[in-house]
Amino acid sequence: MNKISAGIIVFCLFIGLIILNKDKVKEKSPDKVILWHWLTDRDKVLQELARKYKEQTGVDVVVELYAPADSYVRKVTAAAQAKMLPDIYGNVDTKETFANYIRSGQVADLTSYFQADNQAWEASLFPKALEGNRFYEDNIYGVKPGIYGVPIDVTNMQLLYNKKLLAKAGFQNPPKDFAEFIGMLKALKRIGIPGFVSGWGELWLVDCFSSNYAFNIMGEAKVMATLKGDVPYTDPDWVKVFMVFKEMKDSGGLAEGIITKPNKYAEQDFALERAAFAFNGSWCVNVYYKMNPRLSYGVMLPPPVNDKFPMMIWGNGGSSFSVNYRSKVKERAVDFLKWMTAKEQQALLAKETMNLPSNREAVADIPSVLSDFTMAMDATTHPTVWKYNENPIVVERFYKGVQSIILGDKTPETVAQEVQEEKQKQIEREKRINNRKNRAK
Amino acid sequence: MTDSFPKKLVFKDSLKNFLFAFPAIAIFCIFYIVPFIEVFRLSLMEWNGTFPPPEFIGADNFIEQAQDKLWWGSMVNAGFITIIALTFQNILAFALALACDREIKARRFYRVVFFIPPVLSEIVVGIIWQWILYSGMQGGEHIGLLNYLLAKTGLPHLVHNWLSDPKTALACISIVHCWKGFGWGFVLFLAGLQTIDKQLYEAAKVDGAGGWNVFRHITVPMMAPIIVVVMILTVLGSMQIFIVMIAMVGQGGLADYTSVPVLQILFSMNGAKRFGYACSQSIIFGLILICVSAFFKIISNRVKQA
Amino acid sequence: MKTTNYRAINTFKSVALHSFLISVALSCLFPLIWMVRSSLMDPETIFTEKSLFPKAIRLVNYYNAWAEGNFGVYFLNSVLYTTAVVVGIVFISSLAAYAFSRLSFPGKNIFFYMFVGAMMIPLPGSFVPLYVLMSKLGLLNSRLGYILCMINVGLPLSILLLKTFFDKMPPDLEDAARIDGCGRLGIWWHVALPLARPALAVIVIFNSLNVWNEFILAMLLLNDKAKMPLQLGIMTFQGAHSVDYHLLMAGLTISSIPVILIYLAMQKHIIKGLASVGVVG
Repeated sequence: MNKISAGIIVFCLFIGLIILNKDKVKEKSPDKVILWHWLTDRDKVLQELARKYKEQTGVDVVVELYAPADSYVRKVTAAAQAKMLPDIYGNVDTKETFANYIRSGQVADLTSYFQADNQAWEASLFPKALEGNRFYEDNIYGVKPGIYGVPIDVTNMQLLYNKKLLAKAGFQNPPKDFAEFIGMLKALKRIGIPGFVSGWGELWLVDCFSSNYAFNIMGEAKVMATLKGDVPYTDPDWVKVFMVFKEMKDSGGLAEGIITKPNKYAEQDFALERAAFAFNGSWCVNVYYKMNPRLSYGVMLPPPVNDKFPMMIWGNGGSSFSVNYRSKVKERAVDFLKWMTAKEQQALLAKETMNLPSNREAVADIPSVLSDFTMAMDATTHPTVWKYNENPIVVERFYKGVQSIILGDKTPETVAQEVQEEKQKQIEREKRINNRKNRAK
Repeated sequence: MTDSFPKKLVFKDSLKNFLFAFPAIAIFCIFYIVPFIEVFRLSLMEWNGTFPPPEFIGADNFIEQAQDKLWWGSMVNAGFITIIALTFQNILAFALALACDREIKARRFYRVVFFIPPVLSEIVVGIIWQWILYSGMQGGEHIGLLNYLLAKTGLPHLVHNWLSDPKTALACISIVHCWKGFGWGFVLFLAGLQTIDKQLYEAAKVDGAGGWNVFRHITVPMMAPIIVVVMILTVLGSMQIFIVMIAMVGQGGLADYTSVPVLQILFSMNGAKRFGYACSQSIIFGLILICVSAFFKIISNRVKQA
Repeated sequence: MKTTNYRAINTFKSVALHSFLISVALSCLFPLIWMVRSSLMDPETIFTEKSLFPKAIRLVNYYNAWAEGNFGVYFLNSVLYTTAVVVGIVFISSLAAYAFSRLSFPGKNIFFYMFVGAMMIPLPGSFVPLYVLMSKLGLLNSRLGYILCMINVGLPLSILLLKTFFDKMPPDLEDAARIDGCGRLGIWWHVALPLARPALAVIVIFNSLNVWNEFILAMLLLNDKAKMPLQLGIMTFQGAHSVDYHLLMAGLTISSIPVILIYLAMQKHIIKGLASVGVVG
């Protein structure tokens, strides 16, 4: 029995050690800047930049990677609750969540830094790149107006076409409008080439595609009115948006299994010339290059349904960083971010990762397809710059509805009806929550 | 411990017995119970994960959950996969374990190979099975292995878009799931078979019992506790399926035809930003799993007594 | 005549059995072979090349994966975590399972069912409270904290499994050991553990696979790159959008080798079982 007692004593010592271990956790040295990010493909470059920065200024920046993005979001959420966010951290969530972080006092307002020296920093970046991190006067989130993040690159989402496959079907030029696009899909189908592929097994790609057409069909004002709740999804214009998907399906031009395709597989399909068109973001240049360097393709805005309103695509500061409001080395952190968006560093980032730089002066020597992507930066919009955002549950219903249309389960009208019902439900739920809050006050 | 023992001794004895379980219980209480209480508390709250802080709303989350058709639909889908796994996967695992327990040729080879799927990364599993079930064509030939073989072997009418047809998607995913998971059942059954005294078999042989009778009257009863454990683990693994799901039909799934509880919970938390609702969902989900497992346990006890 | 018939049936049976076993085995082997093959190829040819055997073998992928994924550090960390957690679980869970199965103390069943229940309830929402708890205990970014958490993750299943095997232990062996003068601890060590060797082997396999492939808790609880496990290295080959398939496959191959080795070492114990329990006490 003495053995047991000995075992227990050892165990208790063990537990004691754990608790004593507390002191062993090193206090963070006060002059170091800690940076958290989730950009696995850019980790090496960021480390390299941090090393250079140390050489140039003597300031230690510790770059810490947490991947995949889900894990990173979890980490940041938990650290925010424990008030243990690092000095610099990457933003990865919706505008609303970002606003909540700001409201909880964890994000530094960087406006004064951007505007110092005659707005020198602000002027060096693509205006669109900053929009996602900017809050205007009277924003619905109740955040103090200002800029709360620094974009290190920009992305946008467009339509890509395989030149060889189009030529095979007898087309020299990409389609000018949606009707022509559908005609091309049909022609491609006739000669046995799948027309269009995209990672529609992932919600955001459908969300983005439909939002492009919504802007084209009804204009920004009406889209915003819908998000606000003033225009129902059963509006004929929204049914037209759903019809876009139906027409694409009816043309027979959608790649088989498109609605369950993760984007990585969709990218593989386009790179291996298994589809003539693809809808994807600017990062795809890098992806296609890695899988098939000989792929010959062009980039274009999705062909518009009508010319009443301009086609708007999604694009914004791709990855941006915020500074912790409670950071003890705020100034140093901001300096580092400023340095990172300077021309030289941006050129390096763009070269190493084939992402569009957020600094407009660094656009000079990037591959031509990539610079074609930058051309469209003026036609971009993004949920993070909209005044209103849709409830994620409604967006999910919208997505599932589009899937049902492509499956042939439901008509655009029924889907519109169902999305509107969900919207109504969520509006009522929000009302309930607000009522409860008011009563509590 | 008999009654004649003084009380103090009995107490000392059970204390010493308790000390055996103490390390496990201590770790468990610190690292599980504390977070669990917090999750339970959150399930009665409305919280977006950041700011403003959680707000008490009583049983609202549970009431909403009871009416959430999508949530219960996802439960049905997972139930379907579970039933396939319980039958198909476990029978396969048991049969293979029986085969490898015998003195057959190359059994060492089989024993190693059958455990490869659980070791494989989901990334590889996704790539391979996506390719097998792929439904597109290039240059007049099917790219997907299954469709290619069907077309070549004169069964072109069976060529199908396996993963994007609601009728076949869930079944295909179940098969991939079973394939990925049968190795565990195999190993557990194999371990269980070792605990059966080989003399029992020999005695049965002397009595002239046939293969089926030996299986029915010796193997199955002796293996009953292991079978129950494997069944419970299968239920857990299949009801909580989601990684295979994402690998096969993407984060979004096939409309609502392939939604599963864990993905719903993750959506409530990361997508809809409703932490309270997600916590209430996981509690109900856990309770259902506990009930199912208890059901298996009770059934097996009945069988044992009969 | 009859014997040949009998023999023919037997041959047929064994052919049928083996063709079934081989077909299952092939389906298991194929992805592994594909992974190894892809790890030796040019990134461009992985998906275009149809053959299973690469024309040019690029062993340099392994070197690159090891270097770029920072495997030197991560690999050692993973080895450390896996060993510590598995050893911890084997001792803690077998002690507890023995108590639950063979000893009596008040509240025994309640505790046991608590463990089993814990296995059932998924707690995706628990990461916030866990993080706060760990920061209060001072166990954030500490190897020990991560190890303890992982032990906790593996405990319920291991206890359930071991208890199932201990329940089947013939009581006369125990009595014999008691007569020989063994105490509780002695019986646990000399009788229960050897008897449950197949189950222990399964637990070792299960938990090492679990810890080896774990990254969610590691990402949450650890900060230093010097403390991160192997999975982070593998993550670096999968960007948010682009994937370096050749490095990824090389990394995955490297990472699956130790698990396969553990399985190879352990599966021997799974089949030895009773035969080797000769001496008791």
